[in-house]
Amino acid sequence: MMKVYLDNNATTMVDPEVKAAMDPYFTEIYGNPNSLHDFGTASHPALRRAMDQMYEAIGARDEDDIVVTSCATESNNWVLKGVYFDLIKNGDKDHIITTEVEHPSITAVCRWLEEQGVRVTYLPVNNDGIVEAHTVRDFITDKTALVSIMWANNETGAIFPVEQIAEVCKEKGVLFHTDGVQAVGKIPVDVIRSGVDFMSFSAHKFHGPKGVGGLYIRNGHPLTSLLHGGEHMGGRRSGTLNVPGIVGMGKAIELANYYLKFEEEHVRRLRDKLEDAILEIPDIYSVGPRDNRTPNTILVSVRGVEGEAMLWDLNRAGIAASTGSACASEDLEANPIMTAVGADSELAHTAVRLSLSRFTTEEEIDYTIEQFKKAVERLRAISSTYAYMPENMKV
Amino acid sequence: MAKTDLIGGSIWEEYSQKVQELMNNPKNQGELTEEDAKRLGGELIVADFGAESCGDAVRLYWIVDPKTDRILDAKFKSFGCGTAIASSDTMVELCKGKTVDEAVKITNIDVEKAMRDEPNTPAVPPQKMHCSVMAYDVIKKAASLYKGVDMESFEDEIIVCECARVSLSTIKEVIRLNDLKTVEEITDYTKAGAFCKSCIKPGGHEEREYYLVDILADTRREMEEEKLKEAAEKQASGEEIPFSDMTLVQKIKAIDSVIDESVRQYLIMDGGNMEVLDVKQNGEYTDVYIRYLGACSGCASSTTGTLYAIESTLKEKLDPNIRVLPI
Repeated sequence: MMKVYLDNNATTMVDPEVKAAMDPYFTEIYGNPNSLHDFGTASHPALRRAMDQMYEAIGARDEDDIVVTSCATESNNWVLKGVYFDLIKNGDKDHIITTEVEHPSITAVCRWLEEQGVRVTYLPVNNDGIVEAHTVRDFITDKTALVSIMWANNETGAIFPVEQIAEVCKEKGVLFHTDGVQAVGKIPVDVIRSGVDFMSFSAHKFHGPKGVGGLYIRNGHPLTSLLHGGEHMGGRRSGTLNVPGIVGMGKAIELANYYLKFEEEHVRRLRDKLEDAILEIPDIYSVGPRDNRTPNTILVSVRGVEGEAMLWDLNRAGIAASTGSACASEDLEANPIMTAVGADSELAHTAVRLSLSRFTTEEEIDYTIEQFKKAVERLRAISSTYAYMPENMKV
Repeated sequence: MAKTDLIGGSIWEEYSQKVQELMNNPKNQGELTEEDAKRLGGELIVADFGAESCGDAVRLYWIVDPKTDRILDAKFKSFGCGTAIASSDTMVELCKGKTVDEAVKITNIDVEKAMRDEPNTPAVPPQKMHCSVMAYDVIKKAASLYKGVDMESFEDEIIVCECARVSLSTIKEVIRLNDLKTVEEITDYTKAGAFCKSCIKPGGHEEREYYLVDILADTRREMEEEKLKEAAEKQASGEEIPFSDMTLVQKIKAIDSVIDESVRQYLIMDGGNMEVLDVKQNGEYTDVYIRYLGACSGCASSTTGTLYAIESTLKEKLDPNIRVLPI
């Protein structure tokens, strides 16, 4: 049986080149970079190179900071909690704007901030799965401290108009953070051109190692630290540097940037081929326009087939996909993205996400098409809703 | 939380082999038609339950012999996850050959137990118990259609926890009988709230009509009110109430009156006095906080002989679990 990994928005394989770049820093050059002796300082050239690679990949300037964190969850927490301590708790602002479809490392922090007395506006997305800049403008008040809106959505791949949102925020004098986790390595990301104040990213989403992420901070903006301790990362984030991780993230982001064109052409072509074939099956619906999506992502709803049941059958065929379907998680709420884009209640429970990478092959896509069709056929034969669906509800 | 909970597992790992097998190859999936009913000489019943909006919907087909009420054949269709498909299949298997009255007695617990590989190992993870509940409800729906009655007529109890099938009256009864004070205690006694946890408080898997937190609060309040009422009635009728059954106010009054009658006069004789500052219930003890006045304050015997005399008088006249604490 073929094994096909189509869950690259969850995590990716470490590129063998990245692994090779990291290897010496586990066993040969293992000194603590903060030590004065040669064992420690031996890692400095590689760390500097890795930082250069990151600055280069996202277009940061020398006066900006890119602080290495343990993951994007930490980066996201840092921005929200930092702004809370800097501008809300000890300031005169009390409002944050975000969206309904952010990652839990944003929404869960917002819920916690609400308990601390912060007002949070959760903007809904439109039918294309995005929030437009004029909507953000409508909700900004003189009490707004921060706008935090993702660059690309993890489930639909929908790309948000970050540049326009940044413009609105700048005009209104409000800080703008974007969670760039699903954008970096998939689409061109330039922090200067886009005008963001903060951007989170994570190495394992672009074929780097797990457990290392970053936060871009424009022009040394002050931000209360989450981790206090030694003077690591210029005192902004304490904790002994994860040397292999940083080296790996540097190499991975450089490679991801190098492969952007390949991602845009080859990955997009395979994605479109898969999507076209799936959409040939009757009563299947995919979310968001293709030209405004990350090139690797498809979120499809299969009428009559509950999401987890679909994953079960795909997994039996060796194919890894993902679902925000409620039944697979702790609560029975329908997929919030599907609900947000206005899908009806049945469709909201049938979402399956397929996300490719630059390592996905044509054979794997052909095999997936065949197995996907089989699974839909089997599960629709069992389905109580599909057979009796009124004709006018069919796509 | 413990070591085993730190790295979560896949819910699929907790499915029994039987559940997995039924998910892959359900035996009773399909539909029955009027022709099938005619061939078997029975009546066709088609019942729907659940809603796509909840992510689970099931359709149950029965052919019932109108003379014997026996289910001659059954099949199902399901929009749901693996557990929902496997539970529906098992439920149909359990219905076959039973009379309609026997079938309505099949519960989701029976369905779940029938899917176990080992008698003591649940067939599905706790949050998936919910998916077997629908298999139970659709039987009632089919029976109600066959008999032309309301579904509710098969349910003589209000079920608070559907996963463990625990009724409102059972929960209230255990709270009262065992003087339960927390939801955890209710779960220990009844298993209500042990599975999908929806019934504990709002915000779980699904909305419920009754939540354990509210039932506990209401029942405790009822118990307190009843206690108060009883004490008031006894007092009104001149009946002697044991100290332990008194309300706090009654206890304070009783303590005051014993002190006035049997203690104070001796203290005044020596140029002193005392006052009760507070009375607190501390587990099984009633703690009486006092302050000495006049000559009593600073008297050497105020923390020994006098204190012993006051405490033993209250113990003797009211309750052996009284403690007197001078401030």
